[in-house]
Amino acid sequence: MADAVVTPAAPWRGYLDAPDGRRGIRSWIFSTDHKRIGVLYLWSVLAFFAVGVALGLLMRLESIAPGPTIMSARAYNAFFTLHGVIMIFLFIIPAVPASMGNFFLPLQIGARDVAFPRLNLLSWWVYVTGAVLALLAMFAGGHPPDTGWTFYVPYSVRTDTNVSLAVLAAFVLGFSSILTGLNFITTVHTMRMKGMGWFRIPLFTWGIYATAWVQVLATPIIAVTLLLVVLERVAHLGLFDPVRGGDPLLFQHLFWIYSHPAVYIMIIPAMGIISEVIPAFSGKRIYGYRAIVYSSLGIAFAGYLVWGHHMFTSGMSDTARWIFSFLTFIVAVPSGVKVFNWVATLYKGSIDLSASLLYALSFIFLFSIGGLTGLVNGALAVNVHVHDTYWVVAHFHYVMFGGTGFAVFAGLLYWFPKMTGRMVPKAPAIVAWFLMFAGFNILYLPMFVLGWMGMPRRYYDYLPELQPLHVMATVGSWILAAGLVVLAATLLRALRHGDPAPANPWGARGLEWQTPSPPPTENFEIEPVLGDERP
Amino acid sequence: MTEEGGHGNARASRMGMWLFLFTEMLLFGGLFLVYAVYRRGHPEAFHAASGELSLAFGAGNTILLLTSSLSMALAVAAFERGLISRALALIGGTIGMGLLFLVNKGLEWSVKFGHGLYPGAAVLEARDPGERLFFSLYFAMTGLHGLHVLVGAGVLGAVVVLVRRSGATAERHGPLVENAGLYWHLVDIVWIFLFPLFYLIT
Ligand code: HEM
Repeated sequence: MADAVVTPAAPWRGYLDAPDGRRGIRSWIFSTDHKRIGVLYLWSVLAFFAVGVALGLLMRLESIAPGPTIMSARAYNAFFTLHGVIMIFLFIIPAVPASMGNFFLPLQIGARDVAFPRLNLLSWWVYVTGAVLALLAMFAGGHPPDTGWTFYVPYSVRTDTNVSLAVLAAFVLGFSSILTGLNFITTVHTMRMKGMGWFRIPLFTWGIYATAWVQVLATPIIAVTLLLVVLERVAHLGLFDPVRGGDPLLFQHLFWIYSHPAVYIMIIPAMGIISEVIPAFSGKRIYGYRAIVYSSLGIAFAGYLVWGHHMFTSGMSDTARWIFSFLTFIVAVPSGVKVFNWVATLYKGSIDLSASLLYALSFIFLFSIGGLTGLVNGALAVNVHVHDTYWVVAHFHYVMFGGTGFAVFAGLLYWFPKMTGRMVPKAPAIVAWFLMFAGFNILYLPMFVLGWMGMPRRYYDYLPELQPLHVMATVGSWILAAGLVVLAATLLRALRHGDPAPANPWGARGLEWQTPSPPPTENFEIEPVLGDERP
Repeated sequence: MTEEGGHGNARASRMGMWLFLFTEMLLFGGLFLVYAVYRRGHPEAFHAASGELSLAFGAGNTILLLTSSLSMALAVAAFERGLISRALALIGGTIGMGLLFLVNKGLEWSVKFGHGLYPGAAVLEARDPGERLFFSLYFAMTGLHGLHVLVGAGVLGAVVVLVRRSGATAERHGPLVENAGLYWHLVDIVWIFLFPLFYLIT
């Protein structure tokens, strides 16, 4: 009586089922599958984003009224330092390359994995080590660091707060970033599938590739600079101490020689996402593929030459000042090229106004505001007026949050079906987008005005006449936070209850769409077909 | 980083190693930049302070490291021809010379400490700012370099253990040995620059 029980086929889970049938956390944190590592990074990065946002909201609450409102001056100093360190080193630098780059770079070039899978896992562990150090700096005994994320000497050498730990954390995180970059460069050079020449590589991968070079070539400079700060603190070298013959300005130079290129580590991969999303939802090929490739490389290169524009008021020769100012205007050109190409791609396209595309369009809008106000900062005379004011705070939030942040969400919504095998419902994602876009502008637009009126950055107090604009910004921060909550809830719900995703829900072109959602552990069951892969 | 070389892909592992070496060069590059700036600001003081370093120690260490690089290069060549045990012996010699280098460095440092020539010491604090900067740089740069010698020796030691344990073949472990050798040469090259910049400017 053999009862032929027909078990219904279990739903396809691809790489989400570990190949050896293992389950649980260990099958993730010790996996060398680039997709699993990408997902690990994604969770880590988003978790720190949430912490950073919470700190930002508290700072905004403090600034709702002049004078001490909910925290002391010293606490405020610690808050903006931690907010900055978390957002820069733990969120935005790894946000796109290490998470989505890890997941999609090998898929887009038809590879099984990255060149060094174990090194890839190591880099995540190094990231976690750095994160733990950063948390220790916050919560271990003593005072949390209060120097700002820039760790400027001489204050960072003198303060009695846990600067050494925070600096060490940044050092370790830099190491993780180098390992990721090195891995990606090698992967793109040696693991592309047969027939994929350089000018057939998808634009997201190009972006990650250009970024990887910046990661490898710029990060060591900050590493050694931070090391010197630690040595100054423990061994009193005096290299940056004017009393002992040192020069604090040298620190600023070394710091920005890395940190300005780092700005492009933050933005180039985001531009790569946009270059995938826009054509996918316009039903067209990207306009000017080569122009976008060359402009990515152009930004990566020119980004090395403009660090001095952070130091116009620090003391530099006039010649150096106008050269840096001129180069700063030049570096805007490749970004302009990209914006032009994206808009030209949309022109006469058959546009599918998905949530992902809405985030991408907001990216263009917000990034353009951030970029154009950057030119204002780059003009020498105006720079003196706006340096270290809320103008700058508004500018870099427009670029980093309005730019890269919104691109992260565009990419997340675009690739969510591929990563999880589930569709995200459209309506709540669009509600979240609307709240975020509105809240963002209500939060940061007033800051331009505040800065122009003379509100200095990094102050917990201000003159009473500035209050209306501060209140507006704080209210904006609540609307923005509401949008983030709606988006998080939508995504978390979709993770469990979303409709199963087909292999290519958007009719998009990259090779990643030729494999089932989610992809199997070895990425492709059948050789992907080249020919139409370029976005 | 002597990596597993992406599914045994020698080209990938060589490329990864070269990229890593770039980052190391840039790491020291930052310090060389600091050196250049201060040397330009205090040429005489650097001159004077350099006279207090022991040329004998410096030259001896240079010879040691150069010879160790030679034996490393010979080891790689021997390994490629399948002469595993000879290669391992040569690597052992490299490690030995590296450690000797560190012993020398330690002695040299302790003499300087004995004379109060270290950052924060009263003797040095009383000197010209340029000389203080010179010694700060001397300790920072030779210290970081010493750390690299130590790490390099550790890497070579690990290679020896690995090769011994797993019955090496020239094909399987070739890239590993080669990469470890490249790293050692980098450590050597950095010293080639440090030596004249600190010892030979009088
Ligand atoms: C809801 C989200 C956010 C809010 C409410 C917020 C708010 C703030 C506030 C109030 C400051 C301090 C201004 C000052 O006193 O000078 C600040 C600084 C900063 N924020 Fe945000 N922010 C948010 C998101 C982000 C994101 C996404 C990033 C980067 C990706 C970011 C990066 C920074 C940096 C680098 C600083 C400078 C820290 C310093 O001065 O050292 N923020 N933010």
